[in-house]
Amino acid sequence: MTTVELKNVSVRYMTGDLRNIGLKEWILRRIAGQYKVHTFWANRNISFSLQKGDMLGILGTNGAGKSTLLKAISGVMLPTEGEVRVRGTIAALLELASGFDDDLTVRENAYLRGAFLGYTRKFMDEHYDAIIEFAGLQDFQTYYFRQLSSGMKSRLAFSIASELAPDIMILDEVLSVGDGAFKEKSYQKITGILERGITGLLVSHSTEQVRSICNKALWLDHGRQVAFGPVGELCDRYERFLRDRSQGKIQSSNG
Amino acid sequence: MLSRLKKNQFLFEELVKRDFNKKYRGAILGIFWSVLSPLLSLFVMQIAFSRFFGASTPHYIIYLFSGNIVLSFFRESTTTGMSALSGNAAIFSKIPVSKYLFVLSKNTSAFINFIFVLIVYFLFVIGDGISVTPRFLLLLFPIVCLTVFNIGAGLILSALYMFFRDVEYFYHVFLMLLTYLSAIFYTLDRFSPLQQTLFLLNPIYTYISYFRIVVIQNATPDWLLHFLCAFYAALAVGVGAWIYKKYNYQFIYYV
Repeated sequence: MTTVELKNVSVRYMTGDLRNIGLKEWILRRIAGQYKVHTFWANRNISFSLQKGDMLGILGTNGAGKSTLLKAISGVMLPTEGEVRVRGTIAALLELASGFDDDLTVRENAYLRGAFLGYTRKFMDEHYDAIIEFAGLQDFQTYYFRQLSSGMKSRLAFSIASELAPDIMILDEVLSVGDGAFKEKSYQKITGILERGITGLLVSHSTEQVRSICNKALWLDHGRQVAFGPVGELCDRYERFLRDRSQGKIQSSNG
Repeated sequence: MLSRLKKNQFLFEELVKRDFNKKYRGAILGIFWSVLSPLLSLFVMQIAFSRFFGASTPHYIIYLFSGNIVLSFFRESTTTGMSALSGNAAIFSKIPVSKYLFVLSKNTSAFINFIFVLIVYFLFVIGDGISVTPRFLLLLFPIVCLTVFNIGAGLILSALYMFFRDVEYFYHVFLMLLTYLSAIFYTLDRFSPLQQTLFLLNPIYTYISYFRIVVIQNATPDWLLHFLCAFYAALAVGVGAWIYKKYNYQFIYYV
């Protein structure tokens, strides 16, 4: 059964004078003709499909468009062209320690985050204890969030987001959360969920990790799809590409 | 659709809880203060202006209070609503979520606050020797209209604030201007009929006026005032919803 299908998906991204610009500044720059908004294709003509049980590793250097692609799949962004078809519930395990509220307690933040992720109150009531236990925050439930360390926050974020086994799971650089012990624990939990036969998408800089978890891989470069296929072959090619590139750099700096 | 509504309901409840908790936690007087503060400004106005307008205006304290209660509800809703979207940027740029809920929850907090002040308002009305008649039920109409108007204004402002961060300063100047243009403490009889009609262009004035006609004059407002109250509410919420629909996937570029 096809669970994720992308047909010629392109996402145009905007940057430039959009952020942190005031109304005064905006008017002045408009008059002076210096208001510059730069658009580029963060993803261009990406096409692939995943079956139930597939685990996709997304490879690519910085700025390849990995995160944008995940946003288009999870529904945070809309593809400018093309079509994203998703069958089933999606859970996105992103680096989410930043979205919490410092002035709320651990318990309040956990419920709020659960609500953001689309959980029901019933689900949160039933799973709250397990979430706290997995994050190792039993003794901190009434603490305000600003009193926690950043590691604790990340652990809670991971614990909440991974509590529900969705049909499709998106993992953006999350398998590096916390200290060694927690990393091991979260890795086990993820592989446990994946073994239930759901579809997964993983972004990771470690080809070793991609090889061990994934069966398929997608290689992106500057927004374009270089290749999509079985993980072993593609990881070999990608590693060769990285090696050549770094050697090329050394050679050109020598020359 | 129904399941989505249910899912949003949990999120909405948690958001309201957060806004309410954050507002009143730590403050010793808590909710009591939110009622006390409009009363203090009411008494200051009463002392300052009653010798100019008090003698010629029947129930001048209620005249003042009617203006204050409407304006402070609007001010509270819009100033807190303005930052609702940008304050949750970390969330909506990573998790797909109905963004208008952020504004709606701020409005709900302000509405609850308004209800407390409204109770005190009616105590003052009775205390000032005005008999409460069934006609007072008419006040439900401007209350509903004003609430909808506030939601619309909050949507518009929160989007503008996302685009231009200095809107905050302009808005505070605007609010001061609005206070002087809404006939809070002065009466309109010194203006020409044409000028008096121009006051109806101010939505806040129409809501204030409705309150005063029902409570102080014990009369039913004419059809024009009914129309204007509803029209301004529909216009504000219509424009707000349109902006949110149009820019739903573009706010992310301004994070």
